[in-house]
Amino acid sequence: MLPAIPAGVDLAFSKEDEKFRRSLRTWLRKHLPKRHDEIDGGEDLNFEGPAQIAAAKKWQRTMHDAGYVAIDWPKEHGGKAASAVRQTILAEEIVTHRAPGLIGQLGLHMLGPTLIRCGTAAQRKRFLPKILTAEEIWCQGYSEPGSGSDLASLRTKAESDGDDFVVNGQKIWTTTAHFADWMFCLVRTHADAPKHKGISYILIDMKTPGIEVRPLVQMTGQSGFNEVFFTDVRVPRSNLVGELHGGWAVANTTLAHERNMLANPMRTQQLMADLVRLAARRNDNGGKVSRDALVRQRLADLQIRVDMMKYHSWKQLSDEIHGRPASVGGAISKLVTTELNHEICATALDLLGDYGPLVGRSPHAEDRGLWPRDWMFTLGMVIGGGTSQIQKNIIAERVLGLPRGA
Amino acid sequence: MDFALNGDQELLAQSARAFLKAEASPSLVRRLWDDPVGHCSDLNAKISEQGWAGLLVPEAHGGLGLGMLDAAVLLTELGRCLAPSPFLSSSVLATSLLSFAGSASQKRSWLPRLASGEILATVAWLEESDRLDPTGTVLRARRARDRFRLSGSKLFVLDAHIADVYLVAARTAAGLGPDGVSLFAIPRGAPGLSLTPLEGFDRTRRLFEIKFDDVVVERDQRIGREGAAWKHLQRMLDVACVAIAAECQGGAEHALEMAVDYAKAREQFGQTIGSFQAVKHMAAECFAEIEPSRALLWYAAQAQETSNKEASRAASMAKARLGEVYARTTNKAVQIHGGIGFTWEHDMHFWFKRAKANEALFGSPAFHRERVAALSGW
Repeated sequence: MLPAIPAGVDLAFSKEDEKFRRSLRTWLRKHLPKRHDEIDGGEDLNFEGPAQIAAAKKWQRTMHDAGYVAIDWPKEHGGKAASAVRQTILAEEIVTHRAPGLIGQLGLHMLGPTLIRCGTAAQRKRFLPKILTAEEIWCQGYSEPGSGSDLASLRTKAESDGDDFVVNGQKIWTTTAHFADWMFCLVRTHADAPKHKGISYILIDMKTPGIEVRPLVQMTGQSGFNEVFFTDVRVPRSNLVGELHGGWAVANTTLAHERNMLANPMRTQQLMADLVRLAARRNDNGGKVSRDALVRQRLADLQIRVDMMKYHSWKQLSDEIHGRPASVGGAISKLVTTELNHEICATALDLLGDYGPLVGRSPHAEDRGLWPRDWMFTLGMVIGGGTSQIQKNIIAERVLGLPRGA
Repeated sequence: MDFALNGDQELLAQSARAFLKAEASPSLVRRLWDDPVGHCSDLNAKISEQGWAGLLVPEAHGGLGLGMLDAAVLLTELGRCLAPSPFLSSSVLATSLLSFAGSASQKRSWLPRLASGEILATVAWLEESDRLDPTGTVLRARRARDRFRLSGSKLFVLDAHIADVYLVAARTAAGLGPDGVSLFAIPRGAPGLSLTPLEGFDRTRRLFEIKFDDVVVERDQRIGREGAAWKHLQRMLDVACVAIAAECQGGAEHALEMAVDYAKAREQFGQTIGSFQAVKHMAAECFAEIEPSRALLWYAAQAQETSNKEASRAASMAKARLGEVYARTTNKAVQIHGGIGFTWEHDMHFWFKRAKANEALFGSPAFHRERVAALSGW
């Protein structure tokens, strides 16, 4: 993957790591489903229908049996204790081979690491194995209609009643809730405490009476996320993760994971390569659009930023491997990469002219209508996982030391 | 894998920052701004004492034998404080060009003196057309028996008033293509040669027009083979891109630091302006551009260790990107300072002006983006 660069800055991975990459590639070529776009819900985990969900679960199981799922987890919990380098290689190869995304990734990237850090032995034993095998799919119950960027103002309440919590309230933008088996959820357990100190982190079985899931249609026309309503939903107290009222700290252990999930530099490189290919084959006013001076300027400007974020990710990876203190590299990656992805898609639409707005159903659509779909989807990613404005607050306050706002 | 500066480079950055903080303060920049020469020979002597003039010169020729990433580390610090120094023109550009193009004996003759700081050199390449492609070099060097005679002019020559010798690109054969361009080492006082300063808004760096009125050059003043200089100029262009990008990185970092410090102190509406999101986000946007650009700079600098297409592509990427980032950052930094940032008395305008001048130097962002496109095979 990496170009040949002379000694000085050492960009080579070890022989063992490159061997890992080679065997992963061989495995992917052999095992990738033939029509894998049919089981891929995309980055928004937008699985449609029982057949697609079943196929996606089977794909995760196949990956797991081969040892390529949750490789970052400790060995005693079913992972490989893989280094940051191996995780990067895995993420790169998954994207490069356009392998389907894992249907259980909220459990794999968010809940699993949280339970490993903050859960009880019983919780780990009960939940972790089925996260790995996709036998149980998780959704994340954080945002509420009145609590988006100001997540800590959330109002869904959980009152103690004997050995149970009784949950009432509403969650929103809940990806995969329409087929998830479980939800990890932030609820208010102390109404009078300061807002960050009255929140608890609980695990809710989605089959519990009193839960209603209503799909929300996204601007793409698809329904990847939902509203979830809770009416007197009983949750055993044993499903509390971490301390009572200590849920904010529990959730914060994995918020950085969400930022990283949304900013995969390899995905951006792939989008850019697709855009360059599109420009090379489109004709406009009698010539290839890639020969147009203004188009070349725009493409080069994008390519420069795409490459820059690749090198930025190398630097972050390098700092992690060598134990150097992390800066706010993650917030920068999320901010820059999500906006860059959207700009790449918007540029593709510009190059497509009247073909740009044609969606996948149209026989005239270019690239099976992926550009207009991704153009919309990528704007959602600018908002999801902490809006660009929230990332700027993080950078301004935590790095530049400017005063904290409200 | 380790994509980071090594221990020596970290040390170089720290010691250079401490040295320049003491020796190249904003008050020196301000004093030289109005000075007709704009050069501090005392500072230059101290820089030579540090060994920096020989940073890129091989040890065999009396230098430190370091690479472009080391030079970029130092240039970042020089750019941070706008150090009035011919380091870029002489120790980076002219030194690199001599190393690329010179014969073994020419290197033996020139490089030790450049490394010690005994002499300064500069490159005279661009002409009236301001074009970096082969058609921009039209100055003719006509052969007359064992000599060459040059008539014409060069523009945008850095530090020509203090350089002892000019490396002049001139045509020794007819045509406007890459073939037929040769290099000549011509001393500043050569008969028929005259200098005119170019009045520009960035007085931290002085540029000149050089007129050649039948300047006679001996054959042994020709650097390298006749008619074969173009590829060396191209490689020097890559070095210039990385060097200027490094200056931009340091300057942008410093301009943002000044703006953030000001935003923490200045109060309006009963609170520091840095508590307002409109100001915070301006600063955060600058930081989100500056921080990843350092990785691009490091990559481009390291890529120069081999001369290939990737070295040129990465260099142009860094030049295009860092130039614009520096210009945008200083624009925002002036705005965060408000009215005071617009005054002559405040130092902010030094960085604002240098940023825009750097953007133009050795190729605009648009020029380098087109170069990226061409080198990408689009």
